[in-house]
Parts: sequence; C-alpha cells; structure tokens
Amino acid sequence: MPLPTIDARDVTIRFGPVTAVNKVSLTVAPGEVFGLLGPNGSGKTTLIRGLCGLVPLAGGTATVLGYDVAADSERVRAQIGYMSQKFSLYEDLTTRENLDFYAGVYGLSPQRAREREEELVELTGIGPYMERYAGKLSGGWKQRLALVCALLHSPRLIFLDEPTAGIDPVARRDLWNLLFRLSAEGISLVVTTHYMDEAERCGRVGYIYLSQLLALGTPRELKEMPGVTPPGTRWLEIYDLNTAALLEKLRKIPAVQQATIFGQSIHALVEKDRTLPELGLQDARVIDAEPSLEDVFVTISRAQAAKN
Amino acid sequence: MNPSFSYQRTYAVARKEFLHIIRDPATLFFAFFIPVLELFMLGYAINTNVRFISTVVFNQCRTEESKRMIRMFENSQDFRVVKQVSNEADMNWMIRSGKAKVAIQIPEDFSRQIEAKRSAQILVLVDGSESSVAGEALNVSNALALQESLRNSPLVQPFLIESRPRILFNPDTRSANFFIPGLMVVMCQMMAIMLSANAIVREKEKGTLEQLFMTPVRAGELILGKLVPYLVLTFVEFVTILFLMWSVFQVPIHGYVMTLLMLTLPFTFSFLGLGLYISTRVDTREAAGQMAMGTMMPSIFLSGYVFPLDSMPAFFWYVAQIFPTTWLIDAARGVILRGAGWSELWLHAVILWVMGIASFMLAAMKFRKRLS
Repeated sequence: MPLPTIDARDVTIRFGPVTAVNKVSLTVAPGEVFGLLGPNGSGKTTLIRGLCGLVPLAGGTATVLGYDVAADSERVRAQIGYMSQKFSLYEDLTTRENLDFYAGVYGLSPQRAREREEELVELTGIGPYMERYAGKLSGGWKQRLALVCALLHSPRLIFLDEPTAGIDPVARRDLWNLLFRLSAEGISLVVTTHYMDEAERCGRVGYIYLSQLLALGTPRELKEMPGVTPPGTRWLEIYDLNTAALLEKLRKIPAVQQATIFGQSIHALVEKDRTLPELGLQDARVIDAEPSLEDVFVTISRAQAAKN
Repeated sequence: MNPSFSYQRTYAVARKEFLHIIRDPATLFFAFFIPVLELFMLGYAINTNVRFISTVVFNQCRTEESKRMIRMFENSQDFRVVKQVSNEADMNWMIRSGKAKVAIQIPEDFSRQIEAKRSAQILVLVDGSESSVAGEALNVSNALALQESLRNSPLVQPFLIESRPRILFNPDTRSANFFIPGLMVVMCQMMAIMLSANAIVREKEKGTLEQLFMTPVRAGELILGKLVPYLVLTFVEFVTILFLMWSVFQVPIHGYVMTLLMLTLPFTFSFLGLGLYISTRVDTREAAGQMAMGTMMPSIFLSGYVFPLDSMPAFFWYVAQIFPTTWLIDAARGVILRGAGWSELWLHAVILWVMGIASFMLAAMKFRKRLS
C-alpha cells in the first residue's frame, strides 16, 4: 500500500470561538480523484487552506505528501497546486506572462519552465491563446489557464476549489477529461463542487456539513449508507404528467418521508409496506430506485440538523 | 533576509509588477501628467511677489507736492493707480467692492502743512484680507513717507545710515525657485505612497493574493519585488521634474544632483513603507486612496512647501520635524539653490535614513504578521 497523499486525522480549525472544521479525518491516495462536497460555508475551503498550511490547525494532525503541514507548510506549498474558486490570475497580463510569472515564483529554471510550458500547452490546447490577455479569455479557457499555472511546477497533488463553477457544459466536460488524464499520471486531485454529476465521477467523496465530515466513501458506498434508506423505507422514482401537482399531494401524505423533483420524475422516500393506491400513486408510473447522491446529502444533512 | 531568500522569485514579482504599471494608463497618467501640470502652474502662473497693487487715489489737495507724492507711489512699481476719485464715499466703495486694495487720501492742507514745516498727513487705507498684499503696501508706504520727509528736512544731508540688502541664492526672488524644489519632493511622496498603498490592495480586491499565498513566495520577496518597480518609477518622476525645472524654468542647480538623489532614496523608502502599511489595513483601493490622501495633507502644509517653517508657532514647528518631507524639502532647496553638500546635509541624511528604514521595517513586519 503506497503512502497516502493526504493523511488527515481529527483535523480541527478554529477562528476565535468559531469552529470551522471539526475533527475531520480522511485520506487521499496517489492518483485518486477525491470530491469534497457540502453547502457553502460548511468548511470545505477552510479545510483545504488548512491542508495547505495556510491556516493553523487547532487540533489533530495532517501530513501532505509525507510532510507535516504544521511544521513544513512551505515544503507542502512548493509541491501542491491550487486553483481557487474565483479566477485569480492577472487579467492585464497575457497567458504567456501569467505562465512566466508562476514559473518564476515556483523557482523553475528557464529551461525547465519552457519544457513544462510546452507539455502543458499540448495537454490543454491553450497554444493559440498564449498572447491574449487573460482577462479576454472565455470562462473555460480561463479555468484551463489557471489549471496550467497550478500544474507548472509538476505538483503531485492539486486542490481545485469549485473549478467548474460558472463555465459552460462543454468546457466543464473538457476540464474533467483533463483531470482524469492527470489522475492517470498518478496526480491526486481534491475537487470541491456543487454538481452531483461531478461528484459521481469522483473515486471517493467526502460530505461536509456544519464543519463536520458526515460521509466518506465511493458514491456507491454513500448511496448504501443505512441512514439514507432507514429500515422499513424504500426509494421510488415516480413518473407523471404533472409532477408539480403530484409533489404537492405527496408532501401531505405522512407515509412519504421525502419527495423532490428530478426533471420528469419525482424521487421519494416512502414507507415500504404501503401500496401505491395508499400513496395516491395508482395512476403514475412507479419504479423502485436507488437514492441519488443528492438524496443522500439531503437526507444526512436533515438527520444531522435534527440531532443538533 | 533569511537564507532561503530567492532572487528568482523576487525578480518574477518585480517583472509582473512592472507589466501592471505599463498596462495601466491611469497610473502612468497620474504619475507623470499631473506633476508636470502642477509644475507649469507653479512655474508660470503663481507669483507670490507682490507688484502693482490696484490703488484708488482721493487727492483733495491738488498741488504739485501732492501729485509728486502720488507719482512716487506709482514709481515704486508696487502700486498701480486704477482710479482718481473726488469724494470719500467713492473711495470707500472702491475698497469694499475689491476694485482697489489700497486707497490714498491726500488732505486739502497737505502742501500748506509742509510749507509751514509742520507734519503733513496722508491717509493710506489698506485692505487686510490678503495678508501679503497688506504687508507689502504698509511697508512701502511707510518707506516712501520716510524718504519724502528726509528729503524735505534740512537737518540731515545725506542719510546717515543706508541699508543695502543683497538677496543671496535667488537674487531675482523668483517664486519658481522656491516652489519647484518643494513640488518635486511632494510629488515624489504622493507617487510613492499611492503606488505602494495600491500594490497589495489591488491583489486583495482581485483575489490574486490568495493564489500567491499558495506559492512558495515569501513575504519579504513579495514586498521587495513589488516595491522595486515603484522605487524606479518614483525616481524617474523626480528626475523628470528636476530636468524640467532646470531646462524650462531656468532654475540653476548649484549643488550635486547625486547628493539630492541619495537623500531622496531613504525618503522614498519611508513613504513606500507607509503605503505598504496602509495596504495591510484596508481592503479596497478607494479606502487606500483616501488614507493616502489623509497622510498627504499634513506633510504638504507643515513641511515648509508652501508656508515658511520659521513663522510657525513652536508646537507646529516641532510637529513639522517628524515628517520626512520637511527634511527633504529643506535639503532639496539647499542643494539646488544654495549649493549645499554633505557637510551641511549630513544630519538630513542621518534622519532620513533612520525614518526610511524604520518605516519600511515596521510595515514589512506588520505585513508579514498579516500573512501568517
């Protein structure tokens, strides 16, 4: 078993009286694509900042690429890549100037910088845009440029904080294809996202809610968590012409614990021993279903909120 | 700096910062156009030497002596008679309406009194709302009266004591010679503080600072890399004004330019440091600009740039000494107008270096603390 890229144990981060990250333990293996999910303000970004050594840990330990983040944050930062939520490159500089700047601050020799730029230009296809001002690039190309800058120094781990927020579906898919190619080269990726389809693509997923890690595992493992489908219940996928009206009806039936619309259908968590007419579903087309990841996160968030 | 200080990382930051400067026309505009505009305004338009004060004359005497007296006022070139009036009401109206700053009233018995060897009186009314004009009018009218009295006195011929003042260093008492060296210093200060106050705040605003923190770049490298281009720009501006002063406004430089530049270096450090300190305290460029302007005001008004230090109350005189601006303006006038060298300016050098290093170190420490 190779050394994990990230090994976090009971990581706790506090800002004054506020606990932003509460006893989070997780590991990320080399080449793994790890998805970090959770509502805004749940502590995802803070956890990433803690794992980079940018904010001190109030408790627990974390090693990244074999270095203790508390003691060796500078070594850690020299070997990881980071792509932030917001486009954070210099818009008044060209693509090439941005690359040259990051090659400089990462201490690459001019020779090495040129080799690496060539490799990455080939990987991402950003070549035609080298002399364009970064501010004039489209959203997808901006993200690719940010990725190239984060990859210049050949990091073995990259943190991507909502890399696909606000870019079009084609650019989103292209970016994910790129990420999988990096993963195939053995680079570990930690990706935060609000998109469930992106979560499904991840090897493993961690779900953070109110500073705590509530779930950790492959998407399949998460869907099979006992808390998601409590004993005596089952998930149904219901197709009907008027889903909105049906949803209103279902929400009034006590035996229906949860119901939400997914496009043409309704996902519902119902008591197992109820018949369809009892649920008012005699006219609809109903199939047994497994919970979606969204169902999983909503269910465990509600359970946790009820506990607090 | 610590052992793992990287020249390469510092250079990368400096080059990037230089690109920001040349890509931002607004900064360049403010850096060069505004100072040059002010230079031409001060050089051509403003003259603090009082000449040709508009004067109204109410001559009730109308004798040869009285007309001679008025000609003497005109010949001094300090007064220009704009109107002769024939009653007191018109005279007062001219002063109140601002059409004349000075009124000269010569009473009917003026000549008779002189002939009778008694003291003849003339009334000189002076509008005090412009203090320099009033002071000048007062002095000249007293001097003229004294001179005229002595001329008519048979007792003392010639004058026993004659004062012959000679004005050193600025023989024509040109305002440009006084103002431009101060302007150079004040512009240099504004430039240094504005640029460095924006340097970090701009990255905070755009969110690029967060990305920078994820790289191995150190606080010291970031500060140095950012400030070196601004230091260069500030010096280019300083030398440009110096050159225009010498070439266009014909202000002779009596000392060594190198001496002046070596004193300007620590001065610039102190304001780059202050700007950096501001940028750690605020999050937007507007706020940074306001704070920078706030620090400009006292150092413009108390530095001796416009108002002479010697006429300040003691308290303000001491306050003025804590501004680096006060010291550099004094040194700049010393080098340019009086040809002063190190033997006269060593104290200025020591004080400016202490202020520069202290301000820079404090700002850097504060900045480093903010980072970690």
